[in-house]
Amino acid sequence: MSDLGSRLGGDLVDVVLNVNGEAHRLRIEPRCTLLDALRDRMHLTGTKKSCDMGECGACTVLLDGKPVYSCLLLAVECQGHDVETIEGLSKGGALDSIQVAFIEYDGYQCGFCTPGQVMAIRGLLLNNPAPTPDEIRVGISGNLCRCGAYPRIFKAATAAVQAYEEARQA
Amino acid sequence: MKLVKTRVEIEGTVHEELSLADEEPKPWGADADLRVVGVATAKIDGAERVTGRARYTSDVTLPGMLHAKAVRSPYAHARVKRLDASKALALPGVRAVISGENVPRVGWFNGTRLFDGVARFAGDEVAAVAADDEETAEEAVKLIEVEYEQLPFHLDAEEAAKAPPLHGSSNLIGGSPKTYRRGDVEKALREAEVVVEADYATQTEVHHCMETHGAVASWEGGRLTVWESTQSIQNVREELSEALGVPLGEVRVICHYVGGGFGSKQVAYKYTLIASLLSKMTGRPVRMLLSRREESLGTGNRQATTQHIRIAARSDGTLTAIDLAAMGEVGAYGEFGWMTEGPAQRLYACSNVRTVNGTYFTNLGPAKAFRGPGYAEGSFALESAIDELADRLGIDPLELRLRNYSEADPQTGRAYSQKRLRECYRRGAELIGWDGNWGRCVTGSRCRALGVATQIWGGGGGPPAYAWVKMSPDASFEVIVGGQDIGSGTKTCMAQIAAEELGVGIGRVRVRMGDTEAAPYAPVSSGSRTMPSVGPAVRQAAADARRQLIELAADYMDVPTDRIAFDGGSFTARPERSPYIGLEDLAAKVDELTILGRGVRGPNPRDVDLMTWGAQFADVEVDTLTGDVEVKRIVTVHDIGRVLNPLCAGGQLEGGVVQGIGYAFTEGRVVDRRDGVVLNPGLEDYLIPTAMDTPMIQTAFIDEADEAANSIGAKGLGEPPMIPTAPAVANAISRAIGVRIRSLPITREKILAALDEAKEGEGSR
Repeated sequence: MSDLGSRLGGDLVDVVLNVNGEAHRLRIEPRCTLLDALRDRMHLTGTKKSCDMGECGACTVLLDGKPVYSCLLLAVECQGHDVETIEGLSKGGALDSIQVAFIEYDGYQCGFCTPGQVMAIRGLLLNNPAPTPDEIRVGISGNLCRCGAYPRIFKAATAAVQAYEEARQA
Repeated sequence: MKLVKTRVEIEGTVHEELSLADEEPKPWGADADLRVVGVATAKIDGAERVTGRARYTSDVTLPGMLHAKAVRSPYAHARVKRLDASKALALPGVRAVISGENVPRVGWFNGTRLFDGVARFAGDEVAAVAADDEETAEEAVKLIEVEYEQLPFHLDAEEAAKAPPLHGSSNLIGGSPKTYRRGDVEKALREAEVVVEADYATQTEVHHCMETHGAVASWEGGRLTVWESTQSIQNVREELSEALGVPLGEVRVICHYVGGGFGSKQVAYKYTLIASLLSKMTGRPVRMLLSRREESLGTGNRQATTQHIRIAARSDGTLTAIDLAAMGEVGAYGEFGWMTEGPAQRLYACSNVRTVNGTYFTNLGPAKAFRGPGYAEGSFALESAIDELADRLGIDPLELRLRNYSEADPQTGRAYSQKRLRECYRRGAELIGWDGNWGRCVTGSRCRALGVATQIWGGGGGPPAYAWVKMSPDASFEVIVGGQDIGSGTKTCMAQIAAEELGVGIGRVRVRMGDTEAAPYAPVSSGSRTMPSVGPAVRQAAADARRQLIELAADYMDVPTDRIAFDGGSFTARPERSPYIGLEDLAAKVDELTILGRGVRGPNPRDVDLMTWGAQFADVEVDTLTGDVEVKRIVTVHDIGRVLNPLCAGGQLEGGVVQGIGYAFTEGRVVDRRDGVVLNPGLEDYLIPTAMDTPMIQTAFIDEADEAANSIGAKGLGEPPMIPTAPAVANAISRAIGVRIRSLPITREKILAALDEAKEGEGSR
């Protein structure tokens, strides 16, 4: 790490971040975003950087189960909270039903927005288990897809609602 | 194997080339009994994409990697008088600065050179820094002092025509506009019973791929490896080899996953060269990724156009003349313009056609092909004008198009390999409920109507393209292609084709793409060419591998090869079905058995045009009080020959329509006329469609194998669905409100202004 931090203001700080159920001890600048901490420091590159200013949703992760743009959060703010990223969703190799639905309904093309889409849907379902179609649309409206896979993302999300419900009943 | 001359059409331009011709499998006809091809199949790399495991260029990190950032000219046109990097070099963490002071001679477009001391658009790179991390690099960029001498600049085609040339002797590419004529347009216009004449304009559209452009470069001695976010690992490889003077065999380019291209990632960019040069200078890997704002400056955009179109017809709607004068813009660097005039020349039966198209250099970011380049712009004007003719004559706009249907290429008289456009029109009309319903329907302030537009585009692909099919000792197969899947699912289609031809289940077939190393050449994934070019090569390679296996089985069982049957699991001798041997057993008989089948894309069929077709319909409702447009439904029906994978193909149609919606309503680069600076470089005010902007989209294919086209009977699909969207909605809107909007994007303001104007000029239209 350069001494740029101290020149620009903000000595390095020690934080412990809980990501996907694991604790990560980092020494970072206070202005380091959660997105940069995830990608560059913890090598969790599943979460993508596309605009880096909260305009596209590619960096969506869950903070205490709620969808957030990780590019708009400072890593230091997240100490003491639970962060869930796309990597945490398929622990032990088994895919989450949202991921299964994306494969089945072909909910992606280039795939770059996909991790953000999946996490946005997960955030939606954790907080609103029975969303209406309009609520699903709003739930994914914060995630841009330049390939235009929205109709299938919507279908995958709808299928995932069902799957999550079935899992709850089981 | 022979050398054969063949004709290849890509993105509206045709060229002749020599290709290899080797014995190809007989085409899969319309009645071919296929198990895997033509079946809806989930993408085989789905798990990687949905888990975040897929590694894009921006995810690549190498030990000791440096980060590079560029110094960009703030001026639209300027000479670098003085550059002082001393403060930047003194900043701890900065490892190298490259600029006109120390750059080797590296060619760039239009006879210019990298860092040649002239910036030709606001954002053009004039120097770059490599540092330990991105922030240090960004800080260093600010510390590099550049003294510029501002030069006069021009920002559009009209200004370009009068301004000093940016390159060579003229701002007009090629020195003169492209012209074309057939028949006698002036005579037809004089004698016409009706003439429709109008000006149309389309905006500059920026690709804004979700993954910004970037590259990671690393040297090992004289060997260069580059990861690039690209649609063409082979183009990047060749350009790096040529620009840097490195033998082709010493350059390796890798791209397993790319986050969008749409035409903006077909070549090496300045950052590719810069990263490679900085890596050589520092002896460390260098990653150079563009920020979202940089992305909108110089990575590509669809040209803006102005088009003046005249259409002459008889009172029954028969076209007698089409006269198009178009101007386009290529930005600060470019070698060619685009075929805005393509649809006017090639879609409708009309004996008298004249087109003039001039493409100009401007002091703005270089334009690049964007999904259906030229044809999307040209179709907007042409299909709007055709609709205007229909209005004038009181003829059903769909009927008018059918009346001018051309059975053969109206430009050359050449037959098509297959044309099912009529079926597209009919099916689409059925789905949208066209008959009797297309006219205007008013409820209070809300006006509703239907619109239609036609899609024509080349989709035949062609050589060169090669493929290998390898069988490993465990009897699993691998398709090896030195190309890339940019998201359309071509990788999956290749697995399907190989599995079909080999006769095995698709689970036995892997596909290795995205690396120029140890893989044969495949073309850039653009121009809707990948499947029609690479698919037949894959099939031939699989056929070759299968033939070798059958020979081995025949020899092993001591039976003539023509009596061997293979059911995907075992080889048996007909008709007794005995003896037999399983594939794995056969493989195990020979220690480490390895089979390599080779395939090459043969020549295109002579004397036929290989085109794709489509009809797109829009159902829209406009609120005349607010100018709000609700697109209630889009129906889009396409003819691309055989549909290899209905699941992925449907996705391409939907995606194209969504992009078309953006082109029609919300997108457009805005430039400050005073200084040539882009005013909306970020996604907060360059508006691409969101899920909320997506209308209901119904898709269908005619899905009839085009046996004449190539051995798989399939043509390309990447671009067609976007081409007719803007004219389809424009036609519906115009019909709904009774006033025509002639420029894109169609905004509320334009609609309200047009309605106001119509009210004032009541009676005069």
